[in-house]
Amino acid sequence: MHPEKNNSSAFEPKIIAFVCTWCTYAGADLAGTSRMQYPSNVRVLKFPCTGRIDPVFILKAFQQGADGVLVSGCHPGDCHYIAGNFHARRRFAAFRKLLEFVGVDLQRLQFSWVSAAEGGKWVDVVTDLTETVRALGPMTEFKELALEEQWSGALTTPELKEAYLQI
Amino acid sequence: MSRIGVFVCHCGENISRTVDVERVAAHAATLPGVACATEYKYMCSDPGQTLLKKAISEQRLTHVVVAACSPRMHERTFRKAVEGAGLNPYLCEMANIREHCSWVHEDREEATAKACDIVGMMVERTKKNRVLPAITVPVTKRSLVIGGGIAGIQAALDIADAGHEVVLVEREPSIGGHMAQLSETFPTLDCSQCIMTPKMVDVANHPKITLYTYSEIELVEGYIGNFQVTVRKRARSVNERTCTGCGVCMTKCPQKKIPNKFDQNIGMRTAIYVPFPQAVPNTPVIDRENCTKFKTGKCGVCQKVCGPGAVDFEQQDTLIVEAVGAIVVATGFDLYSISEKPKGSPIKGYGEFGHGKIPDVIDGMTFERLASASGPTGGKIVRPSDGREPKQIVFIQCIGSRAREKGISYCSKVCCMYTAKHTMLYHHKVHDGQAYVFFMDARTPGKSYDEFWRRSIEEEEAVYIRGMVSRLYQKGDKIVVMGSDIAVGVQVEIEADMVVLATAVQPQQGADLLAQKLGISYDKYNFYSEAHAKLRPVECATAGIFLAGACQGPKDIPETVSQASAAAAKVMTLFSKDRLEREPIVARVREAGCVGCFACKKVCAYGAVEEKEIRDRQGNLLRVVASVNPGVCAGCGTCQATCPSKCVELDGYTDEQIVAMIEAL
Repeated sequence: MHPEKNNSSAFEPKIIAFVCTWCTYAGADLAGTSRMQYPSNVRVLKFPCTGRIDPVFILKAFQQGADGVLVSGCHPGDCHYIAGNFHARRRFAAFRKLLEFVGVDLQRLQFSWVSAAEGGKWVDVVTDLTETVRALGPMTEFKELALEEQWSGALTTPELKEAYLQI
Repeated sequence: MSRIGVFVCHCGENISRTVDVERVAAHAATLPGVACATEYKYMCSDPGQTLLKKAISEQRLTHVVVAACSPRMHERTFRKAVEGAGLNPYLCEMANIREHCSWVHEDREEATAKACDIVGMMVERTKKNRVLPAITVPVTKRSLVIGGGIAGIQAALDIADAGHEVVLVEREPSIGGHMAQLSETFPTLDCSQCIMTPKMVDVANHPKITLYTYSEIELVEGYIGNFQVTVRKRARSVNERTCTGCGVCMTKCPQKKIPNKFDQNIGMRTAIYVPFPQAVPNTPVIDRENCTKFKTGKCGVCQKVCGPGAVDFEQQDTLIVEAVGAIVVATGFDLYSISEKPKGSPIKGYGEFGHGKIPDVIDGMTFERLASASGPTGGKIVRPSDGREPKQIVFIQCIGSRAREKGISYCSKVCCMYTAKHTMLYHHKVHDGQAYVFFMDARTPGKSYDEFWRRSIEEEEAVYIRGMVSRLYQKGDKIVVMGSDIAVGVQVEIEADMVVLATAVQPQQGADLLAQKLGISYDKYNFYSEAHAKLRPVECATAGIFLAGACQGPKDIPETVSQASAAAAKVMTLFSKDRLEREPIVARVREAGCVGCFACKKVCAYGAVEEKEIRDRQGNLLRVVASVNPGVCAGCGTCQATCPSKCVELDGYTDEQIVAMIEAL
């Protein structure tokens, strides 16, 4: 949606972070007010609670071209909504197994607990993930899938279908 | 078709220094659905808000995106402004390009590109925002206070004096709590009973206070403004209405050797008893475990001697349901009983310092009862073992507290001061005695506190030894205390007559169970958690429940009283309105698709999901579906992520909105 970065030489990973409002979003705000510096690759999506995060969003993010995904919320026991992060933890433990089975490098998907007081930890987590993913290179698997889906949906005439198969 | 207005803020130079705001606005203007995009130096200022309102009416905007600071900072400001211009406040969103962009990146190109992304993401999200009408719920202007110690008493009196009804529930047979047990109070050495008992009487006589003693909370249902609380009133075996409190039953009871918990088990009581003479209510209770009548069926002396015929062996527990709008939790503390390990306690170090084995090693509260004029010894400080006056007494501080390896890492806060007080009380009563104190640090912040502590050393001749005790054992009728004085660097050995341990302050037994009934959070020690450590210290994260006193953390009396009054003020604020308005970020069930699996009900920590029956016109049951009570729902959205058929939606965070954001990236 924005003008593409024109530096084709260096790979800049795209990181999407799903965070809860009360802890990690506030922690990221604290990193801001403390003027800490971290790579600009991350885009933050705010949720009320990590419990609200559906694993489908993670798949969707990879499909939309994310090279790395971060999910972060309150520390266990500190959930603003009593137990939402426990549900999230359980859900993602299972989801990671699934992704591993499918063949996704789990280094691309990170979970962490960052509290509202841990601006420094937020910086570390984001920096680590960005550097790890940069070293891994672009995530291609899901992007190709998305592309195929997009193309196959547009193949309305037999001529187009034939042309597609010949690619 | 949406007509979105994008307003990019410079925030003085805070944003514009690293982000090219003109370019961000120009980029936003190209996005589909954006009707106007502009930038301004301070969007939150009065001219900035006027600019926004003017644009809404002139450009007929349907949605607004303000790209500025964190929504945690100014979301409310802008939503209010948008509402002022006639739009629903939830059609306004903020793009955080300050805390999450300009302040954390230095490269202007990178920061501008990221700001463009963030704005684009929020534009796509805002397109999917729906009008959310405000939700209001009625308020029952009655309050429940749990715990009748000084915190509960203060909160109850404050709320009742404001004209609201209060239900005060106390587990013990009398109100008063730990403060009623104390002898004198620091730093003024006021007699605790003298300042406490008038307040207890005020509670009993207050027309707005309903007092349930010897009662416990059974069940809590409902939500802010509308709680239904079931109180279990345990059978007292004495009719409270007819009993005159004459006390003849107690003098005639043949069971006279039951350790009195109020006197830390050094004093004795009868089986029909009031815990202490100043008890409120002054109605005895029969301790059914120790009463001969209940054990063998023979006796019943109390019933025979009772003039008004108040003794009732047949009495049963009763359950009372009270409707209240707010709850103040003031369950207080208990001292870490070092002698025996309660079942399942994660804390180590039980049985140390000879507590429970050597009779003259006592804890601080027992010393209070010995020193108290109304205590079992009439205020004489004597050894529990042989009734002799101790001539050498050793106080040991930080027993349990500040011992990470033993499981309690916090400071109990009151022990330094009460030990200083103990040395004074001792010196006032045993003139030729000598008090020694083993301490790690003296922590005496508070008005007139440090002066008080100095006084105990300089005027009352207490000897303070910095260092901990390494060994303690009985030798004849003496207790040998060995330790090191690290300030001088020598080993110390004292032959003491009595040892007083300043044991750690802990939450009441069963504090976690009560928290689970109330749906409030607690820390690893079972202290209740406040909503915000600094800015919301007396509120729970669960709306409508407030905290007062040591149940939230160790506290002294002045602090407890201030917190109780603060909690009462919060309750009064809540009661100042007839209806409560709350953020309409709540879950909603699409009943047509709901299969009634109730996975949402299982994950809901608030009990907001109810079962709703759908019937046809004849009244035949068709289906049972989930339904969310908007008054209870806190808006976490766990139900939505859990619903297998995707039939629960959290307003303000719908799948549609989130997917739109992801797709914009």
